[in-house]
Amino acid sequence: MTNYAYTIWIPLIPVFMFLFLGLFGMKMKGSLAGILGTLGLLTITVLSYFTAYLYFFKTGEPEGGFQAITAFNTEWLAFTDTLRIHLGVLLDPISVMMLVVITTVSLMVHIYSIGYMKGEQGFQRFFAFLSLFTFSMLGLVVATNIFQMYIFWELVGVSSFLLIGFYYQKPSAVSASKKAFIVTRFADFGFLVGILIVSYFTGTFDFDKLTSGDGNIFQSISAASFMGVSAITWALLLIFMGGAGKSALFPFHIWLPDAMEGPTPVSALIHAATMVVAGVYLVARMFVVFHFQAPGALEVVGYVGAFTSLFAAVIACTQFDIKRILAFSTLSQIGYMILALGVSEYGDEAGVGYMAAMFHLFTHAMFKALLFLGAGSIIHAVHNNDLRNMGNLRKYMPITFITFAIAWLAICGIPPFAGFWSKDEILVAAFEKNKLIFFSSVFVAGLTAFYMSRLFFSVFFGKKQHYHHEPHESPLVMTFPLMFLALASIVAGFVPFHDLITSDGKSFETHLNYSIAIPSVAIALIGMFIAFLLYYKESKVPDKISKSLGIFYTATLNKFYFDEIYLFVTKKILFNLVSQPVAWFDRHVIDGFMNSIAWAIQKTSFKMRDLQSGQVQQYAFVFVSGAIILVLCFAYWLN
Amino acid sequence: MNILSLFVLIPVLTIIGIILSRSHNMVRWVALAGMFAQLVTAVVLLFAYFAVRNAGNTDAMVFYQDVEWFKTLNIHYCIGVDGISVAMIMLTGIVVITGILASWEVTYLQKEFFISLILLATGVFGFFISIDLFTMFLFYEVAVIPMYLLIGIWGTGPKEYSAMKLTLMLMGGSALLMVGLLGLYFNSSLDGHYTFNLLEIAKVHIPTNLQMFFFPFLFLGFGVLGALFPFHTWSPDGHASAPTAVSMLHAGVLMKLGGYGCFRVAMYLLPEAAHELGWIFIILTTISVVYGAFGAIWQKDLKYINAYSSVSHCGLVIWGLLMMNKTAMDGAILQMISHGLMTALFFALIGMIYGRTHTRMVDKMGGLMKVIPFLSVVYVIAGLASLGLPGLSGFVAEMTVFVGAFQNPDLFHRVATIIVVSSIVVTAVYILRVVGMLLFGPIKNDEYLSLKDAKWFEKLSVGTLVVAVAGVGIAPLWLSNTIMDSLTPIVERLSQVW
Repeated sequence: MTNYAYTIWIPLIPVFMFLFLGLFGMKMKGSLAGILGTLGLLTITVLSYFTAYLYFFKTGEPEGGFQAITAFNTEWLAFTDTLRIHLGVLLDPISVMMLVVITTVSLMVHIYSIGYMKGEQGFQRFFAFLSLFTFSMLGLVVATNIFQMYIFWELVGVSSFLLIGFYYQKPSAVSASKKAFIVTRFADFGFLVGILIVSYFTGTFDFDKLTSGDGNIFQSISAASFMGVSAITWALLLIFMGGAGKSALFPFHIWLPDAMEGPTPVSALIHAATMVVAGVYLVARMFVVFHFQAPGALEVVGYVGAFTSLFAAVIACTQFDIKRILAFSTLSQIGYMILALGVSEYGDEAGVGYMAAMFHLFTHAMFKALLFLGAGSIIHAVHNNDLRNMGNLRKYMPITFITFAIAWLAICGIPPFAGFWSKDEILVAAFEKNKLIFFSSVFVAGLTAFYMSRLFFSVFFGKKQHYHHEPHESPLVMTFPLMFLALASIVAGFVPFHDLITSDGKSFETHLNYSIAIPSVAIALIGMFIAFLLYYKESKVPDKISKSLGIFYTATLNKFYFDEIYLFVTKKILFNLVSQPVAWFDRHVIDGFMNSIAWAIQKTSFKMRDLQSGQVQQYAFVFVSGAIILVLCFAYWLN
Repeated sequence: MNILSLFVLIPVLTIIGIILSRSHNMVRWVALAGMFAQLVTAVVLLFAYFAVRNAGNTDAMVFYQDVEWFKTLNIHYCIGVDGISVAMIMLTGIVVITGILASWEVTYLQKEFFISLILLATGVFGFFISIDLFTMFLFYEVAVIPMYLLIGIWGTGPKEYSAMKLTLMLMGGSALLMVGLLGLYFNSSLDGHYTFNLLEIAKVHIPTNLQMFFFPFLFLGFGVLGALFPFHTWSPDGHASAPTAVSMLHAGVLMKLGGYGCFRVAMYLLPEAAHELGWIFIILTTISVVYGAFGAIWQKDLKYINAYSSVSHCGLVIWGLLMMNKTAMDGAILQMISHGLMTALFFALIGMIYGRTHTRMVDKMGGLMKVIPFLSVVYVIAGLASLGLPGLSGFVAEMTVFVGAFQNPDLFHRVATIIVVSSIVVTAVYILRVVGMLLFGPIKNDEYLSLKDAKWFEKLSVGTLVVAVAGVGIAPLWLSNTIMDSLTPIVERLSQVW
């Protein structure tokens, strides 16, 4: 057995880097801070790769299947005798895979940012926050228990908040960061209640107990029920609510497009490759529980995923902001991963959905990070986000063009690029379990190919633009990450996931299912072809089509008015109908009551004060009249 | 001499030192030195406490000392501490010294100001070391009275009104408390040897009907100080008018006296009544938590926002206590410490920002991050602590309360728990709203461009608090375990069937 205790340094190095850059960053030169941050990241990337190598190929499968290894665990807080929070490092196939994904993308983003953020104010702060985020994300994936996951879940939330609002003088960035935090906080409320329910009934937070497949600890929670649904189903749905918030699944999707206000490398790292897949990771982590204890909840997961993927893909077809298109595309692809988990079974080939979700998570991280970094390179060159102001850029930016093309083919699902292999497995899984989800997913594959091609052709081909400054290729520090990720987007598809990451840890055989692969590629090609016709050359046809669609087009362009609905609920209902009356009630009713007591006492005492006027005549008058009254009273009673 | 008596002696000596001081500068250095000595004593006490416990001493109260004071009524100067009081003394030590630093530049009637401030601190320290209920009450009054002067003389805005309101409401609470304490006293013994000693009274079983009668007096009396709904309205006005250090001390430690009294006196000595009547106060505190948070959303004055936020957070203290199991009560006490530190931090920052911009209205300010980055970053940290970010103290406290509360299996407690948990969302809303308006965005007023960032004493003051907030948040186990151990006798008494 290999000793993995050193893995604790994988999350620790970034947090020390964060503290160091946060405290002393302002005193050093920006570039030094950038290089230090990148070197720290490089160290943990090497460590992660080394760990992955050891775990997958050296420790291997001792007894037919990868075992979870608790490399490190220390008690952090004790609630009761059984409920204790530990902080530690859990290594199993999915966490080791996530280590590789996070460190790879984070390293590329660090390198890229040295070029992209050059000359920005707060360069050191940016790298400090990147380190904070990397730490939090790594802590999340290696969590040994669900409470540790929640702790780091909150920390990634706040890192995301800080990075979205990096340009803090820009009001739109500030409100986007606020929105992201509050929407995910609301979802986390569900997550927390779910954790409370699960921990109360099972008496544990630990993943190794929860996912051991031992049904005994779930007896009481399955027996308890609320409104006709068992407590475990409720709990898992609530936990999934947390995942849906972080992964921006419908109906919590509204924060992700706005989050694009952050610097583009941040979008690539947090809002494409790592943090937003935390929800997928959470469901995968709890998959055994979902599958054996609450299949109903898993079904909900599948439908939410399928709907999100369709919904977001439709919206992506109409947007013009290059980053927002990619954001909706991310939503759609995360929907894919979630639906794959939702349709998955446990064990062997039936567990293909689980494997496919992790596979797609892996490939998507590579090509989506590449797309975002490519978009950043484009924005860097033309100083604009709008598709309508771009065109013909392939001439000016050859490296960006080629790498972007690879990512484009990967996301469209064209063999042999990475997206094809993972998407194919998802479709296979959906086909086995649920035809409705399957057809929806195939349609989404076509839409994806269409909107990505629309983006691709509009930017790199299309009409010739007059640019204020001649666009130029980005420096090597930015193009190197593009090239590296392009390479990854090609080879990632050939990683044998069915041998490494499966629902039960045992490997199984997969082979390409031609009856699904061929139609899905054909549909993707159709989508690409339509986009080619419409956008390869400048034409008026797209405008005409959008006009003819009328209300449907407008509704889609406005993202089906979900932002407006949320704004109505928060501004009009919570602010004006709850908070304002509470404030008024407090001032006028409760405080008014207290003040009126004081007022009444004061008035009474003023009146009583008049008795002590100091005037002898008045005293004499009162004295005499009192005496008379008393005499009269006595006279009356005596008679 | 008993180490605990130092906590009363040092402030008294400091006050004498201040009276004898000749210069402006000397006054503040004497005050600082005195309170630093106090903090050092608190740290020594902490280690001494651990040493005693490790040596196997399992008494409920250690460093016990009993001196007869007023024989006729059997009143004693009786002191002793357990883990909870030690933690509260540490908290007070930290908040007081940071408060002195935050008042470094007070010039108006400076000597009197520091004397009142330290007198207030004396009352708080005395309260936490007292075992005799009469002594405890005495120190409580010593803490409340200087508050009136501090707000009325050194305050801002409608200070006379606020000072009067605060004092009258707290005095009203004291009146209830006195009735309750006398009730305990006259039932403390069967043979006519009445006592105020907490530990002695705990040995007696007070008849249930009398418990039911006196519990509301005690609980409400302490509850008023803990900003229990609907007796919390002194808090927004009082804090808004109070000078910085007074807000810090008041919200940071004085409000904790309420929660501390609730479990140390009311619930510990009247356990059956606590069970019978707890539900009423659970409802009131559930309202406090949510209502305070919603109230904070609408406010525009930084101090009002923080005062309502305190109503919400202190509501959680009493709410957690009423959940009546070890975990939740541990969480409630952690919440006292956490809230004490972070609210002191908030009020310190608000005072420093107000000193620069001369306004506390969030909508008049904006973009301060650009001009005063140090204070702004600390404000963000305070905000994150307040909304329960892991790694800072608020998270630890809240989670312990929530997990503890969820161990009560009945529907009433469950519903209350879920309502209270939902406050984490509302808290995020008002914190981020303020942070967004105050620190981010463009600078609204050109005059602010020339603002200077924190001076050394300001940095030291808020820096100390940040370290404390992060310290509790990162390594909470020792503190939590210390509190849990000390809760054992209280929880045992609460769960005893008579």
